[in-house]
Parts: sequence; C-alpha cells; structure tokens
Amino acid sequence: MRTCLVVDDSSVVRKIARRILEAMDFQIVEAEDGEKALEACKRAMPEAVLLDWNMPVMDGYEFLGHLRRMPGGDAPKVVFCTTENGIDHISRAIHAGANEYIMKPFDKDIVADKFKEVGLIALTEPTEV
Amino acid sequence: MTPPDYEYLRKLLKDHSGLDLSADKQYLIESRLLPLSRKHGLAGIGDLVQKMKAGSASHISQVVEAMTTNETFFFRDKVPFEHFRDTIMPEILKARAGRKSLRIWCAAGSTGQEPYSLAMCLKEMSAATAGFRIEIIATDLSQEVLEKSKAGIYSQFEVQRGLPIQMLVKYFRQTGELWQINPEIRAMVQHRQLNLLHDFSGLGVFDVVFCRNVLIYFDQDTKINIFNRLARSLEADGFLVLGAAETVVGLTDSFKPHPDRRGLYRPNGARLAAPATMPRFAAMAAGH
Repeated sequence: MRTCLVVDDSSVVRKIARRILEAMDFQIVEAEDGEKALEACKRAMPEAVLLDWNMPVMDGYEFLGHLRRMPGGDAPKVVFCTTENGIDHISRAIHAGANEYIMKPFDKDIVADKFKEVGLIALTEPTEV
Repeated sequence: MTPPDYEYLRKLLKDHSGLDLSADKQYLIESRLLPLSRKHGLAGIGDLVQKMKAGSASHISQVVEAMTTNETFFFRDKVPFEHFRDTIMPEILKARAGRKSLRIWCAAGSTGQEPYSLAMCLKEMSAATAGFRIEIIATDLSQEVLEKSKAGIYSQFEVQRGLPIQMLVKYFRQTGELWQINPEIRAMVQHRQLNLLHDFSGLGVFDVVFCRNVLIYFDQDTKINIFNRLARSLEADGFLVLGAAETVVGLTDSFKPHPDRRGLYRPNGARLAAPATMPRFAAMAAGH
C-alpha cells in the first residue's frame, strides 16, 4: 500500500485528510510540523505528501526545500494544502518543487482531482450524471 | 410533490428543453426546485407550479434552467482533451493546411469550463496553430449561464476542479477570493444562446463539435434527430466528441465511432450529403 504523509499542525485537518486519503487506499503517516515530517521522510520516503504551509517549528515551504535536497527526496509528489491562497505563494511553492496546490477549504473532490492531476490516483471512468 | 405536479413539470420540461425525465425522478426535481421555490419565497414545489400555470414566463425559464444546468469543471474527464490535443488537432491542422482556418463548437458550453479548457489547450499548442484562424463557439440554453461564461469569473472551489495549478497561475488573474480567466483566453471564445431542439444550421459548419453530457437528458427520438442534424453541421472529416457514458451506436448511422479513441466519432461519409455546400460562416453573415 502506498503511503501519504499528512503534515498539518491542526489535528482536525489531519483527521479529515486521513479519512479522505484512506478511502483512496493510502496508508497515512501524520506529522504536526515540518521538522517531524522530515524525520518521517528519513525513516521511510512516502509516495505522497499533503503539506500545510504555516506551522510552528518548521513551515511547509522550508520542509519542501529540505525534502527536495534529501537523497530520494525528489520522488514524493507534494501537494500543498493551505489557507495561503495568493498567487505569489502558489508561484513560490511551484518554484520550490511542489507538484500541486490546494487552497483551503478543501473537500474530497478537490483532493481526488489534485491527486489525479499528479498521477497519484488513476483516472476512473466518469460516473453517469 | 403531488403526482399531477410531477406530470406537469415533466411535460413542461420536455416541451421547453427536450429534457426527458423518467417517472421516478422526483428526487431530482426536488433537489433542484426546492431551493428555487425558497428563493422566490414560495412554500414549495406546488406553489411554484401554480405560478407557472398562471403563465409566469420568468418562473418557467428559471425552472428550465435549474433543471438543465449541470455540474461542470475544467478539463472534465481529461481524456477528451488529450484526444483533442493528440488526435483531433494534428489531423485537422494537416487537413486544413491550405485553408488555415478551423471552427470548434461547444454545444453545451455551460459556464465556460469546457470552451476555456479547449482555448487553453490551443494556447499550449500555439506553435502548431500559428497562422491559423480558430473560432470556438460556446452555446447554451441558458442566458444566465452564458453570462457567467462570458465573464470568466470562477470561485476558488471551481478553479480547483480539474484545472492543473500551473494552468491557474498561467491563465488566471486573482481578484480577492475569485479568479478570472485572462482576456486573451476569453477573447478566443464566442457565446451564443441556443436550444439544441431548434435549428442550428445558422451556426455554420464546424470541424470539431464537443457535445458532452447533454444528450443523455433527451429521449431517443430527440437524440437521433440532434445527431442527424449535428452530422450536417460537421465537415465530412470533422470530429464529434461525446461524453464517456454516451454513444451514437444503435441510434444513428450518421456517425461512426473512432476505431481506437473512445468518445470520438466521425461523420459516416457513406451516407453524408456534401456539407461543403453550406456556408462556413453563415452565423457571421447573418449578422449575429
């Protein structure tokens, strides 16, 4: 089973993300800040990272920089998931190596679309309207 | 909702839009029309039906709009847009190398996500289309929906459905919580109000027609009629793109499925009258 690392300082958000991603057959590892997320990546590199921006200790942007410089750190698909919804933040994130970007609030459909976009889940046959 | 009210709405929707509801779609009517009733301060669907029976044209048109407007997103289903880029466009560009012009019709343009997705695709392949005059015509039954399409303004929720983040950054401008598609992309799409039940030959002849997830609402005879008229609005070597759950098979021999691109259809040359006799820019000549 593939692993998704969910990084967010809000336990509520982590719980919602866990529920959505488990339904997509991901095994979930949680981290409450960037530093803990880096430790998790050193233990085992996940296939996907759902990443908040603003967190104590180490924010998501700094985490992404460290991750992409780690051995094997270019492999995970990183999807930001943040209330930072300005085009400047989005551009910085893409430049730093983010694969996709979710502006909060989010729901299951948005997560599914973005994970499809980066090839983490397959395109399924569309359902009848 | 009482059975007579349901029958009244079924018949009215059939007559006005071709929408063909089976006998068990009460939930669909309730989910779409209860919010509309509330918006008008009415107690429920019964009161709404009374207004319509009293001849209120505005209530009737709003009911038709509420029942026929569908969820849509950018690059919906992805695959048709890959076919557009990798199969349709290379072939059409080659075939039109002399004429250097081509026309695309989004027959259920809705709030603009589909025509603008096509426009962005074309923009991304601008090296190949250099020197070509390309028209995209988006039509819809609903004027309100067309106005939204023309404005090209979408909520944060809407731009996160189907649109890759790089495309958002590249082709949209942010204003507060809303995102507006760039004027350059907006200018690539023309809008017209159109009911597919009525004659659409005035739009002229197209090289590509996207007609996805709209015919599923029509009964069989109406579908056949529309397919046959669509065949006359397409160049003999043009493409028809249908939704993934739709097909012409078993309905008409005006089109034949593409051998290995699901959802693509081509006019069946064997039985097609020469469409070249139709004016290519009839809509413009008529002063629309």
